[in-house]
Amino acid sequence: MADTLQFELVSPERLLLSEQVEMVVVPGTDGYFGVLPKHAPVMSTLRPGVIDVYRGGAIAQQYFVAAGFAEVNVSGITVLVDEAVPVAEITRAKADERRASAQSLVEKATSEDDKRKAAAAMRVADEMASVAGRAN
Amino acid sequence: MPSLKDFRVRIASVQSTKKITSAMKMVAASKLRRAQEAAEAARPYAEGMEKMLGNLAGSFKGQAGGPKMMSGTGKDEAHLVLVMTANRGLCGGFNTNIIRNARLLIRELKDKGKQVKVLCVGRKGRDSLRRDYRDLIVDSFTEFARKRVAFVEAAEVSAKVTEMFNTGQFDVCTMVYARFKSALTQVVSRQQIVPFPMPESAAAPMPYEYEPSDTEILEELLPRNLAIQIFRSMLENAASEQGARMTAMDNATRNAGEMISGLTLKYNRTRQAIITKELIEIISGAEAV
Repeated sequence: MADTLQFELVSPERLLLSEQVEMVVVPGTDGYFGVLPKHAPVMSTLRPGVIDVYRGGAIAQQYFVAAGFAEVNVSGITVLVDEAVPVAEITRAKADERRASAQSLVEKATSEDDKRKAAAAMRVADEMASVAGRAN
Repeated sequence: MPSLKDFRVRIASVQSTKKITSAMKMVAASKLRRAQEAAEAARPYAEGMEKMLGNLAGSFKGQAGGPKMMSGTGKDEAHLVLVMTANRGLCGGFNTNIIRNARLLIRELKDKGKQVKVLCVGRKGRDSLRRDYRDLIVDSFTEFARKRVAFVEAAEVSAKVTEMFNTGQFDVCTMVYARFKSALTQVVSRQQIVPFPMPESAAAPMPYEYEPSDTEILEELLPRNLAIQIFRSMLENAASEQGARMTAMDNATRNAGEMISGLTLKYNRTRQAIITKELIEIISGAEAV
């Protein structure tokens, strides 16, 4: 059996996942990066995207995350996210709904801050839609 | 002297009160368990956040500047008081204690000549503070935590606080809430959340690589940390509220029980007195003939 590392996926409301895995690929702000055991310590912000969890040489689980942080250290990788949805649960309809609410935010936004937030929501919706497109 | 019927009515009414309070106690007990579980479940995130902040603090140590949310605005003029209470009453001294503490804080700050603003989370706090400090309350959130505390709600409060801070409406933010110790004791506490006191990193900072950069991560992390701190205290508050309600309702049930036995005793005595009186009347009537 290959080396494993501890992977923890945590949302503010609860611990979603905590287990030994072979590799994790996370959507860092500067691009996707894979984390194998004995990875150098890294701290990164995340952008909307998909976390791939590898076990037995193949993707075992996939989660869609909106935003968050990843911390890699000697004990493993900890990912703090606002929300995480298993990719299997994402549907076209959900993505469209999200898009509609993001769109209304964009239209309502007046201040710089609001505009920035609306754009972020839009990016999440877009990413969700592309994930849904790939899945179906 | 109250008639027998009066006693019966009294006893029946106290009995139905007792039924209500004991049901409320049971409801509070089950809600308390759920609130405690929620507080427990939220811990890993808060701990992870704390660890990351600790590591970042290590790399920022000794440097001047840094994000304002951490180092402060350099002034101490305008204060924001975040008062967290329940939406509902009937929970003993829970709301009263928090509000009293908040009033004290407001008065202290005013005596020092500071400018005070109040943000209420929870209806009870708003209703009570509105009487004296109407012009100080900038906003209130009262539609919260109906069933359970959701993170989005905390995020909403934190967004408001962040926005106020960024537009320079206050320098220091303090939160007043009840920390949950046990079902019997809740401690009203104050916690300063802006500027955020940096956690002392215990171990020497590990040589982390930062992506995109440490400043950018910190800038993302701090507002989120604010939301987490608020979320945490909302959870603590929810557990405290249920604990306080459970204790209060337990006391009320016991008092009602005592009252019922006292009233029943009086009822029986009065009944006996009436029977005796009737007997005396009959006997003395018979003797007179």
